[in-house]
Amino acid sequence: MTTTGNGWKDLPIGAVIEKAGNAREYLTGDWRTMRPVWDPEKCIQCLFCWVYCPDASILVKDGKMIGINYEHCKGCGICAAECPKRASAITMIRESDADAPSAGSTSAAATGKGGAC
Amino acid sequence: MGKRVALTGNEAVALAMKQINPDVVAAYPITPQTEIVQYFSSFVSDGQVSTEMVRVESEHSAMSATIGASAGGARAMTATSSQGLALMHEMLHIASSYRLPIVMPVVNRALSGPINIHCDHSDTMSARDTGWIQLYSENAQEAYDNMFIAQRIAEHPDVLLPVMVCMDGFIISHSLENLNIEDDKLVKDFVGPYEPKQYLLDVKNPYTSGPLAMYDYYMELKRQQAEAMFTAKPIVQAISEEYGKLTGRHQGFFETYKLDDADIAVVVIGSTAGTARSAVDHLRAQGIKAGALKLRMFRPVPREEIIAALSPLKAVAVMDRADSYAGFGGPLFGDVRSWLYGTKCDLPVVNYVYGLGGRDVIMEDVLKVYDYLNKLVNHQVPLELVQYLGVRE
Amino acid sequence: MGKLTEIRWHGRGGQGAKTASQLLAEAASAAGMYVQGFPEYGPERMGAPIQAFNRYSDQPIALHCHVTEPDVVAVLDPSLLGPAVIKGLSDTGALLVNTSDSPATVRAKTGLKIGRVYTVDASTISVETIGRDIPNTPMMGALIKATDFMAYDQFMIVMRQLLEDKFKSKTSVIEGNLKAIQRAYEEVQSE
Repeated sequence: MTTTGNGWKDLPIGAVIEKAGNAREYLTGDWRTMRPVWDPEKCIQCLFCWVYCPDASILVKDGKMIGINYEHCKGCGICAAECPKRASAITMIRESDADAPSAGSTSAAATGKGGAC
Repeated sequence: MGKRVALTGNEAVALAMKQINPDVVAAYPITPQTEIVQYFSSFVSDGQVSTEMVRVESEHSAMSATIGASAGGARAMTATSSQGLALMHEMLHIASSYRLPIVMPVVNRALSGPINIHCDHSDTMSARDTGWIQLYSENAQEAYDNMFIAQRIAEHPDVLLPVMVCMDGFIISHSLENLNIEDDKLVKDFVGPYEPKQYLLDVKNPYTSGPLAMYDYYMELKRQQAEAMFTAKPIVQAISEEYGKLTGRHQGFFETYKLDDADIAVVVIGSTAGTARSAVDHLRAQGIKAGALKLRMFRPVPREEIIAALSPLKAVAVMDRADSYAGFGGPLFGDVRSWLYGTKCDLPVVNYVYGLGGRDVIMEDVLKVYDYLNKLVNHQVPLELVQYLGVRE
Repeated sequence: MGKLTEIRWHGRGGQGAKTASQLLAEAASAAGMYVQGFPEYGPERMGAPIQAFNRYSDQPIALHCHVTEPDVVAVLDPSLLGPAVIKGLSDTGALLVNTSDSPATVRAKTGLKIGRVYTVDASTISVETIGRDIPNTPMMGALIKATDFMAYDQFMIVMRQLLEDKFKSKTSVIEGNLKAIQRAYEEVQSE
């Protein structure tokens, strides 16, 4: 059956979630107050960030990290914390100091403007 | 009387527990109750109470530990909500049938599924047949006061029944409000020491608790247990009055608001009663004779008093913050209707199931209920016994 | 019914919206008012948009529901600015925002045509006075300027007492917070 509306007669029986994997459609990127910024020059492609990211927000293609999914990244900072010190390829910046969000963005950390958001 | 402070419902209840200073508290966390045992644990670690705090692995164990401690001779408590209350369900029957004077704050939260951590009364309503006395609090002040009254009721030698002190999850438990708190000595003297006639650690007078009873005795023992609920009713009244004289805050079985000359009224439990009073004032300003009845004691049932209070009215709506899934409305509705049946109180009594899973109930929602009652009284709408307030069709 | 004032706070989890509503309620209670202070509980996570509410009155408050028609809306995180935060704001109400933008920019972002707008850079003030970007205390200073909640001098006395109760001997925290409130009170921009 399909969900046709949000009244009690429209909702699926037993409150089942009918579409598998629809967590992907719940964009939580706007929860971020801090943003990870990836420098591909420094990256050693160890994929620790991908292993540890709790939100599956590290983009990987053909076995290589290619960027960050800013639509889902909540800015927890685990990727930056797990990135090996010798690489330090991920830094956290204030979301308000970031450039426009885009997956795989390589914007370097902006120096914070003295003022607030 | 007392000192004016601002506390959340959970802080107020934890403070009451501190002032009671029970011998044992068994603790297991569940939102929105967790803060009660959390605050209490800091009283324990700061040495402000002499309570033995037992951290257990589930609510079933929490009630089991409380029962064991209480049967042993200790003044014992725990606190819970929703799934926790449901998990300890079999033990609730044990506590009441063993006649143990356990007081337990229950922060009302919806039962899953779907999973929901917000306020409704499905948890304690599901436990209404467990033989526990049930007192419902409208706000932090009442929750605080009810704790002391409950302790006295539970331990009264002619009652010896466990008592649930209920308050609305998040709406009251996590909301900071004003209340008056009493000083330690006043409440300590009011509650008094716990002096059980019989307790398992009294090795000079050994006995066994928790027997098997076959069909030749079970029924008599349960009839005896039922008698305690009959006996409890006037004792609840008396102890509430005693507390009222001491503090200036009187709580009876229920509180009526502009009911004396009212044509239409709602019967409601918990925080929504306050919102209902605002609705009554709004209607009275328009010349509509509306009133409200806030029920505080749900077990045992204040049947005669409710009949007397509701008889003069023209129509009543019972508001249920829980559904019975019986195909005929909510638990409070079913109860109230049956209390009134066959009496001189034959006015139309309808049900509104509302506020499930923490659905916010604003004054305008309550006004819709009164609007229906008004139209019903004026024969402008057909009688609809059960309605669901604010649900999307 | 008494004079009831209703406030709605918008913030993100971790920014102190809940604490702001509770501190305000405690301050009002200490001054003899009847109060309520409570958050709306949703996805309880850092960064998730949340709301908190206050009511204060010279009469006991019976209502137990969310605030839907606030007299004051306080926004702790400017990234939350949009039409949703001004929903229900009364015509004579006040919108108070933590931002370095001007009130005119705030009006453009929210579409607000009515009421009064106040802005204050509470984040910067809190970093400079308390050492952390937790804008709730300075926002309270701005609220004092924007509303008739309480006289400033009385508020500072009440807050000093509350902060001393909460933070006991941590003088720098107490003084930092009081300085934050003072600066916000002085620096808040109106139209």
